[in-house]
Amino acid sequence: MTSARVLRLAVGFYILLFFTYLFGPLIVMSFTAFNSSEFPSISPWNCVTPEWFGVLFKDQHLMGGLRSSLLVGIGVVLLAVPIGLAASLLITQLQKRARSIVYTIAISPILVPGVVLGISTLVFWERIDRVVLGVEDSFFYDGYFMTIIGQSTFIAAYAMLVFLARLQRFDPGLEEAALDLGATHTQVFRKILLPFLKPAIASAAVLAFLASFENYNTTVFTIVSKSTLTTVLASKVRYGINPSISALAVIIIGLTLVGAVIHEYLRRKEVAKTEALAAEGLPAPTRSRSGNRVLRVPVGALASLIFVAMLATAWIARDYDVAQCKVQVTEENRKKFDALKQQRLAEAKAKREANRQDADVAVETNQAGRQYQNIFAPTNLGSQIDSTEPSEPDSDATTAVETNQAGRQYQNIFAPTNLDGQVDSETKDE
Amino acid sequence: MSADVQLENVWVQFGDFVAVRDTSLTIQGGEFFSFLGPSGCGKTTLLRAISGFQEPSRGRVLIGGKDMAGTGPNQRPTALIFQNLALFPLMSVWENISFALEVKGVNKSVRRKKADELLELVALPGQGDKMVDELSGGQKQRVAVARALCAEPEVLLLDEPLSALDLKLRQHMRTELRAIQQRAGITFIYITHDQGEALTMSDRVAVMRQGTIDQVSDGTIVYDRPETAFVASFVGENNAFPGRVIEVTQGIASVQTKSGVLHAEVSAVSPLTSGDAGIVFVRPESVRFADPSALQNRLEVTVANQEFEGHFWHLVLQTAEGSVIRMSVMNDGERETYEIGSRIAVSFTAQGAIALAQGELAAE
Ligand SMILES: Nc1ncnc2c1ncn2[C@@H]1O[C@H](COP(=O)(O)OP(=O)(O)OP(=O)(O)O)[C@@H](O)[C@H]1O
Ligand SMILES: [Mg+2]
Repeated sequence: MTSARVLRLAVGFYILLFFTYLFGPLIVMSFTAFNSSEFPSISPWNCVTPEWFGVLFKDQHLMGGLRSSLLVGIGVVLLAVPIGLAASLLITQLQKRARSIVYTIAISPILVPGVVLGISTLVFWERIDRVVLGVEDSFFYDGYFMTIIGQSTFIAAYAMLVFLARLQRFDPGLEEAALDLGATHTQVFRKILLPFLKPAIASAAVLAFLASFENYNTTVFTIVSKSTLTTVLASKVRYGINPSISALAVIIIGLTLVGAVIHEYLRRKEVAKTEALAAEGLPAPTRSRSGNRVLRVPVGALASLIFVAMLATAWIARDYDVAQCKVQVTEENRKKFDALKQQRLAEAKAKREANRQDADVAVETNQAGRQYQNIFAPTNLGSQIDSTEPSEPDSDATTAVETNQAGRQYQNIFAPTNLDGQVDSETKDE
Repeated sequence: MSADVQLENVWVQFGDFVAVRDTSLTIQGGEFFSFLGPSGCGKTTLLRAISGFQEPSRGRVLIGGKDMAGTGPNQRPTALIFQNLALFPLMSVWENISFALEVKGVNKSVRRKKADELLELVALPGQGDKMVDELSGGQKQRVAVARALCAEPEVLLLDEPLSALDLKLRQHMRTELRAIQQRAGITFIYITHDQGEALTMSDRVAVMRQGTIDQVSDGTIVYDRPETAFVASFVGENNAFPGRVIEVTQGIASVQTKSGVLHAEVSAVSPLTSGDAGIVFVRPESVRFADPSALQNRLEVTVANQEFEGHFWHLVLQTAEGSVIRMSVMNDGERETYEIGSRIAVSFTAQGAIALAQGELAAE
């Protein structure tokens, strides 16, 4: 093997590692959305099911959070993009010293921790309500209003950076030419500068929306009694999650991919146009293309991967019945559980004989042991309930346990008795 | 419609740097006026002062007799064709051309019609729907001309508008511009590096040097009767023989140079007296092969090089003291050629040369 080949292999391995690192979590998460297991997991794999999407859409909390996230996002776009545009225009007009001062001020919210922004927004508007308006918690002290204002403080700075980058390539000669031809300053702005900034306005709007959509640090303070998607998700994680969250992730990833593919398509059309021009021997607008080519491959590959996955799913799903699968899995689990129970009983029996003790006492010991392992779990009580009545499901206990199940599994995930726990919970299912 | 342009003691300063120094000038309405000068001498700056993009630090700019101080570029009756053209990249050709009408609120069909007329005028018929990107350099320049004309300015300012064109197209555009100027009767103020362009097209030429105007007159006078050493060396080619003036009689100066005593006419505008430091300038085409009878301004030289340029032969000659003399000989098909290294004698008449006070020369 030549050293060049070794190098190529090493580079290939590195790239593989890198992409695994980059996309691995997303792919795993996407799979968990289709597993019927109560907790987002891919192993053990129970049944392929689309039910989590249904659960997701029925979740009033999540859907409400999504709605307010969209609302806040739109509000932030409408507020932050014009502010960013104004700031960038001001900065390009200023002379050196003043420019760096204004730039620093405009950029500083990015450097301030979001938590601080959130708290200060909250405190400020509450004060305004109290001191200036003389009312209490009513006018400005509104979750949406404060979240939009609070997020815009730093998102406007992002927008400004986008505009500044674009403005750097603006030829001020064009402004002069328009003025020279009799345009007023307003007309110069409307007819020359704004069309030039259009792509930047689009990117800034998308960026602002995404930044708002995913913001938590600031929002968690400013949203007060309302909630956005991120705050709902955060509280869900606290109280136990189920794969409907993965389903949401799949939808978001899907939308992103669709967006990327559309963007790619439009860009390629543009490239084809300039290349056609170049072929005619005319000067094409100079634009570096090498950077984009690198991007093109992963996006295309990912899109086709997903397409193949969807095809495969459709093919498998032809004669596949989720309900039946679930019954089957449950059956298997019960068998496993029974086997385990037999084993335990046998062990207990052996112990009993060894200690010359009563059968009931042996079972109790066994139970106590299991409880002991769960002793730090907050759902200890729940597991106590089901461990006392492991084999005869009673309707009351089942509902009580069910509400708690997802959380319990989560907390038990590293416990050595994890398998047992899973086995009983699956048994309880029916 | 045309307006005259007056500059009264105009200064333009950028910090400590003086780009235009105490310039006064009157450009007549309807005149084709050119500025000629080396790069960085302040030509563009002066145009920007006229069009309103650069307020003079001192002095006044008057257009049509009106002081333009405080009047913005969009209110002046001028249109500027920028050195880098500054076409609007996001508009099609016809939208570019009719921009001046668009900002006045003229409706689209009228604008389109006007744009098509102007495209015809600049020899680009049917190209209105292209994007600016899709044009060649020369086509862009013509679109820029059309766009400026569409504003119907009283004064059109052109900052090297033909520099990107090939020779043929440039010649075509020159006559075209000249025709447009005469038809429309607009005042043209034209900047160029190309001396031929300035000399052939213009009614008058101003030669600039480092922010000042050295000479303003019509093209033949600038070429034949330069008033400063800078103009003599900058406009066209000239052989320079620096020395000291011995005497001046009847408008002819005798100057002691390294190549001996040379005789040349004295400029009426900047006279010399004996004892002055002076330079004798002789154009290559004024240098002749010496008759045996010619004794005045006779130089013994060696042929160092010769270049053929179609209708002319350019000879590079070297005097015994090492100065280089350029000589142009008409290619009339009768001339015997000289071997490189052969020794010959050349001469020129006093009327064919000019003696000027020593001063800054144009960089080669
Ligand atoms: N905005 C400015 N700030 C500082 N100096 C300037 C500015 N504009 C021009 N100058 C200086 O003024 C001088 C004249 O510039 P100008 O553009 O008028 O030259 P020009 O004669 O048009 O040259 P060219 O033939 O190369 O276009 C140059 O030395 C230039 O560096
Ligand atoms: Mg210039």
